[in-house]
Amino acid sequence: MAKKQYAFYPGCSSQKGASAANFLTSMKVMTEKLDIQLNEIPDWNCCGASIGYGEGGELPRLVINARNLAIAEKELPGQDMVSGCPACWLATRETHERLAEHGSLLAETNEALKEAGLNLKNTVRARHMTEVLIEDIGWEGMKAPVIKPLEGLKIAGYVGCQTNRPFGIAGESFENPKYLDKMIETVGADAVKYDQKVTCCGGALAFSEPEKSQKQIRDIVESAYDSGADMIVTPCQLCQANVEIYQSEINKKQGTKFSIPVVYYTQLMSVAYGGSAKDAGLDGQLIKADKLEKIANK
Amino acid sequence: MSDLNTQAVARYKNNFLKEVEERVEDGHWVKMCMQCGVCAGSCPLGPHWQHSPQKIFMMIRAGKREEVLGSDSMWMCTSCYNCIVRCPRKLPITHIMHGLANYAHRLDMAPKGQPTREIAKLFWNNLVKTGRVNELKFSLAMYFKDGFGQGIKNSLAMQGIGLGLMKAGRLNPMEIFGGHACKGKADIQKIVAKAREIEDRRRGLA
Repeated sequence: MAKKQYAFYPGCSSQKGASAANFLTSMKVMTEKLDIQLNEIPDWNCCGASIGYGEGGELPRLVINARNLAIAEKELPGQDMVSGCPACWLATRETHERLAEHGSLLAETNEALKEAGLNLKNTVRARHMTEVLIEDIGWEGMKAPVIKPLEGLKIAGYVGCQTNRPFGIAGESFENPKYLDKMIETVGADAVKYDQKVTCCGGALAFSEPEKSQKQIRDIVESAYDSGADMIVTPCQLCQANVEIYQSEINKKQGTKFSIPVVYYTQLMSVAYGGSAKDAGLDGQLIKADKLEKIANK
Repeated sequence: MSDLNTQAVARYKNNFLKEVEERVEDGHWVKMCMQCGVCAGSCPLGPHWQHSPQKIFMMIRAGKREEVLGSDSMWMCTSCYNCIVRCPRKLPITHIMHGLANYAHRLDMAPKGQPTREIAKLFWNNLVKTGRVNELKFSLAMYFKDGFGQGIKNSLAMQGIGLGLMKAGRLNPMEIFGGHACKGKADIQKIVAKAREIEDRRRGLA
């Protein structure tokens, strides 16, 4: 089978030594087994994330995303852009759609991009990695490389916000998306019934409003325990970081004893496809995913 | 009062709705709100803001300029997009809240020292410097935003988490000396400056 090729936008958090470095590690085995070739967009920049609006305003935010799209359009022609990070994907797709809808914004964007010798025709489609898996690889395709089914693992599928809203995956509901549960089942684990699957973790406000965000995180973690889950799985880098990192803070302040691992779907797939614990980036967990490591080491 | 604010008051007199429509991102949607309140009930930080989005929209129409621009509500947005997908009239509420926050910040009408306002500024300046976010410098800037003493306290409180992340390969202490950066960082600064110039001209802020 010929490799499927994509213009790849890793995003700041996935870089070496950054907060989601282990996400990128875990994607390697997954993409190899699924015959996906990711061609990194040369010299890509930050998308501005969700908090960029405060100082950045509208056009500067669109323009930094347009720079990535323009470079992809020129250097990796004909390839869809794919990102593993919901914030990167959301910002890029929003830019693509707004510029397609408003010719005047595209003209203004190109006036600014000219400063860097770039021009955007706006032909590149921005997609999320889960979209690529579901739409281009398909459920059978995702299942085929499984050699170590994650039997006996009970997992709470935490979709979060930005992978799900405002765009989401075509055909899925905003209130109760099913695809993450289906991914969990595809690699042989059990998806528990989980009430908080689309609850917000506080996002960037985990930094500025820690008390308010930690209330959200407490709900997300408690509900996973109530569902009998061994671990939480998410497609989002910020959800992963917030829900994993702040458990110890909540314990300190509120006397809880939270210690539930939070992993990425890519880590589940990496292990199920035969990757080692290291291949799956499991050495990057603050709360060790012991049960998943045990399967990886089998 | 900032010069931009004085100029805006003189230009729009008592027509705050018109000011929002012309100057705020997606502001032309505000008059479409039918006051159903679904946004208010959908917001994860609902219990914490001064005014719900629906109230903000009605206050704009009622000309409550100071109260709207000085409200902390927009700064409570976590960008979860619940309000956007649930609004029966399809108002891009998240974008309008972001737009209002940005406008209030530009006019310096937003609450002083509002923590999300502060980190939004730090985040943007951090990314424009090198083209990519330097997580270590961003975190330290956040801890030290209220002065050196508080910064030390905050850093010590987060020390355990920081060490855990370092051990897990998810925080690199060497980032303090530079870290990841775009080759085209000068280009990025130029396009951002140009974009702001164009946008300010269009919104009458130049």
